[in-house]
Amino acid sequence: MSDTLLVEPSAQPAAARVLGTLLRSREIAIGAVLVLLVVLTTLKSSGFVFSSDGWRNLLVSPALLLILAVGQAVVIITRNVDLSVGSTLGLTAYLTGKVFIASPGMPVVAVFVIGLAFGGLLGLVNGLLVAYGRVPAMVITLGTLYIYRGVFLSWAGSDRVNADDFPQGFNDLGTASVLSVPVVMLIALAVMAVVGYYLRTARGGRELYATGSDPDAATLYGLPVIRRVLVAFVLSGALAGVAGVVYAARYGTVSSGAGSGLELQAVGAAVIGGVAIAGGVGTVWGAALGAVLLITINRALPMVGISDFWQRAVVGALIIAAIVLDRVLAARQERQLVAARDLARREPDRRKAGTPA
Amino acid sequence: MKFRNRRIVAVAAVALSASLGLTACGGSDSDGGAKASGGGGGGDVSITFMPKNLGNPYFDTSDAGGKKAVGEIGGKFQEVGPDAASPDAQVPFINTAAQQGVKALVVSANDPKAICDALNEARDAGTKVVTFDSDTDPSCRDLYVNQATAEGIAKAQIDLISQQIGDSGEIAILSAAANATNQNAWIDLMKKDLADHPNIKLVDTVYGDDDDQKSFDQTAALLQKHPNLKGIISPTTVGIAAAARYLSTSSSKGKVALTGLGTPNQMKEYVKDGTVTSFALWNPEDLGYLAAYAADALVKGDISGKEGDTFTAGKLGEFKVGADATVLLGDPFVFTKDNIDQFNF
Repeated sequence: MSDTLLVEPSAQPAAARVLGTLLRSREIAIGAVLVLLVVLTTLKSSGFVFSSDGWRNLLVSPALLLILAVGQAVVIITRNVDLSVGSTLGLTAYLTGKVFIASPGMPVVAVFVIGLAFGGLLGLVNGLLVAYGRVPAMVITLGTLYIYRGVFLSWAGSDRVNADDFPQGFNDLGTASVLSVPVVMLIALAVMAVVGYYLRTARGGRELYATGSDPDAATLYGLPVIRRVLVAFVLSGALAGVAGVVYAARYGTVSSGAGSGLELQAVGAAVIGGVAIAGGVGTVWGAALGAVLLITINRALPMVGISDFWQRAVVGALIIAAIVLDRVLAARQERQLVAARDLARREPDRRKAGTPA
Repeated sequence: MKFRNRRIVAVAAVALSASLGLTACGGSDSDGGAKASGGGGGGDVSITFMPKNLGNPYFDTSDAGGKKAVGEIGGKFQEVGPDAASPDAQVPFINTAAQQGVKALVVSANDPKAICDALNEARDAGTKVVTFDSDTDPSCRDLYVNQATAEGIAKAQIDLISQQIGDSGEIAILSAAANATNQNAWIDLMKKDLADHPNIKLVDTVYGDDDDQKSFDQTAALLQKHPNLKGIISPTTVGIAAAARYLSTSSSKGKVALTGLGTPNQMKEYVKDGTVTSFALWNPEDLGYLAAYAADALVKGDISGKEGDTFTAGKLGEFKVGADATVLLGDPFVFTKDNIDQFNF
């Protein structure tokens, strides 16, 4: 079967093709692990799903990281990384509090727009430095991670925004539901759907993949690489801004430490979800599932009585497993392609006939 | 060339005037002191409060208490301090206060050692130094006003939780980091205190790392894992606020009691909506008030900082100096919905 890869896809039976795609799909694999995890934890403690709080926590807790992971996936697909999202989130969350303190009557939608714009602005700074400075994104965004956090520290100091400072309507957003699906999760799903659709179907979205696969080739081909990278960073920043507003609504308290460390979780979620750190590969659905899996594992392990240390170790193991899996699959595919090529050279007739050996 | 010359002249002028100023002050300490208190007449005591940083609501509250006490004594109150709480930021302010010859300096130290030399210079110049809230090395001050002892903090929290859950049932502790020294000391003492409450069972201790998000998620996990939980103690201000936030939106609101150490501003919302009945912390206003009276007693010579000395601090009554020249404010202050609106920190 090693030469099936060189067969035109349409030469295979439709059912086999669909099955093959499903089996190879990282999204399905992550989804299956997630379902298994939820089922096992629920068997141990039924309240994990079957109680009003349990159900809500199951859906609300991952929302924040899901939004960040979607933005992070887009950046990683362009062969960059955005480490500043945690600081951007914290800064926007604090800004949200300050906006409400300054004008308590501000409509919630306007606050989301402010968060989106402010986060986008911080993302634009990253994008400009990366795209025009031609410096590795990891270094630039590591720098802005500290700079944004520093700005936050000097702005907030020992001060914090308390639940008392937010209007009731905004605080309720953290727990409100529509048809028993929490609003926060609906926001995250909407973000995922829009970005995912753009990446899958829009020309701009496809060019992001092309940029990440081989930036030099993309430039030679005439793709607007600089503009695509800018868009990716602005998007990531803007989504971190939205996540900041969600953070404020969910946790009700914002101090200068808010969101620190989240950037690495976002990268971890994207990697677990099958977004290749070398760019050009992956989907936001995968990153989103990775985020949900990461958070749900963190919530499930204490419930089955596993200590803090092991929770972190499990997350680490997952990330390494994801990378190793990618590597193994890539090596296997390479071997298959080489073998198929050799076979095709030796037996050109059989290949033409399209009948696998 | 001209420009450069001018700059040198300017630097020289500044240096000269500074040294003149310094020698003037150094040479006439007693004069300076007399001048500072001279304005208000004979027995006036000038007391300067120096918080860790200005614009900090906690210290605004404590300094307000200090101001009130200085007013009762009939002295002169002054508040100075740096904008940021960095280790040596207080040094220039201490030097200035010493030069002004204030009678007493009431300091919350940003660093136990960094301001030591400056404080000792001030003491050599005749200024009494009282630390409050955060101490320096005992060798750098005359007296330390301690807000609470570990024993007092532990006992207050156990007392509160036992009141709230009717002295029986499962409880859990939501702490800060697993290696936080003060938290662990309090938790150990709480466990000892629990021996007097045989029907209360401590079923779990979890760590929120003083991170809002993690503390919040740990609270959710606690409630899920222990369906019979009656109460949570969180001896950290971040933890108690995050736990309250979670409880206030969950079906356990009102069923699971929550107490611990928190600040009124963080907890106002949750005390008013009934999630939290009461929680503890010291009262910074009383702390500042006591520190001012202690400073006055030192200046007047009523006490010297020796163990066993006693003095009266206005409405708070009589206090005794303990070991290491330390005065204890007393038991932690309990905040409830009846008094929480009086505080803003």
